[in-house]
Amino acid sequence: MPSLKDLKNRIASVKATQKITKAMQMVAAAKLRRAQEAAEAARPYSQRMAAVMSNIAQAVGDGDDAPRLMVGTGRNDVHLLVVCTAERGLCGGFNSQIARFARESVRRLLAEGKTVKIMCVGKKGYDILRREYSALIIERVDFREVKQMGFVNAELVADKVMALFNEGAFDVCTLFYSEFKSVISQVPTAQQLIPATLDAAATAESASAVYDYEPEASVILEDLMPRSIKVQIFRALLENVAGEMGAKMSAMDSATRNAGEMISKLSMSYNRQRQAQITKELIEIISGAEALK
Amino acid sequence: MANSFNFELVSPERLLVSEEVTEVVIPATEGEMTVMALHAPTMTNIKPGVVSVKTVKGQVERYVVFGGFADILPTGCTLLAESAVAVADIDRANLTQRIRNAKEDVADASSDQARQKAQEYHDQLVVLEAAV
Repeated sequence: MPSLKDLKNRIASVKATQKITKAMQMVAAAKLRRAQEAAEAARPYSQRMAAVMSNIAQAVGDGDDAPRLMVGTGRNDVHLLVVCTAERGLCGGFNSQIARFARESVRRLLAEGKTVKIMCVGKKGYDILRREYSALIIERVDFREVKQMGFVNAELVADKVMALFNEGAFDVCTLFYSEFKSVISQVPTAQQLIPATLDAAATAESASAVYDYEPEASVILEDLMPRSIKVQIFRALLENVAGEMGAKMSAMDSATRNAGEMISKLSMSYNRQRQAQITKELIEIISGAEALK
Repeated sequence: MANSFNFELVSPERLLVSEEVTEVVIPATEGEMTVMALHAPTMTNIKPGVVSVKTVKGQVERYVVFGGFADILPTGCTLLAESAVAVADIDRANLTQRIRNAKEDVADASSDQARQKAQEYHDQLVVLEAAV
């Protein structure tokens, strides 16, 4: 049975924890709003890019002059998985969800006899995947110092991916990230980057116009492909930031609630014990007085 | 209105401009290009340079873009810029930094083709710096 003093200390420490989780929740809420705004602001660019890409890809066709980034190497042996996770923990199952999803893919690909290479973006994913697949991880990128996710950060990742591709280090590249559905729901998603997959809906819509290309379509496409990859990675990173903040917000919210419950339980037993002690002292005094009579 | 069209300037981070304009000058790789309403559908690459936009009210706004891509239709024009800022907000230190980076790229280029590309980019930046 803990003493009164112990209980008092426990209550004080849980209260302090509750204050911290509450503050973290509020910070996450503010950051979430900013992240959502950033994700929304970036949307027009990626939409236009997708439309233009599918348009131009149609014009060029599958001919020999199509860039390798689009058609791939023609093989399907070596897979590169780019796993994007958050930099920090304390956000519920956010990181482990992405990591689990990636791990399933790794297992499947290995079972099919493919070679798998992993590139970790974000510290937490690296920490989780390192345990099982440390031999497969060829590269890691940290954004620990980054306050606001910018296009330059995405460029850094994309440049590494493309440099690896040009060296012939892999045939297929897939991007793993968490799609931001709402504050309480983030869905781990896999998206194939190289060779490019085209959005069929966008193609149908913009196919009507006959364009002049200046310079030639294939030259433009060559220039456009790396950009499109950068944009896709950028979008994934932004979605991830928004998702992380959403997950952190709900995790901290439930932590605050749990702390509240714990405080009420602890104060209940604190009060009970105090009452018992008072009663005990009263009995001692009264029985002492009785004995003197 | 036949003599105005919708112009959009988009950078990966945000939508900078979306409005009715009468005339836009864009720095295409094959030379400067003035886009007016009912332009033939064209797609073109863009080199670092200044985009000047003439709105319906006759005001001229200028933006600096660092490479990108333009999609021109008779009814509108969309400019996807790698990075874009209004001329008034341009940060000279940033520009100088970019030129320095470009110079380094020229120095470490592995093949002649890459070197030529880097050199071209560097020259375009220098021209741009002189213009603003």
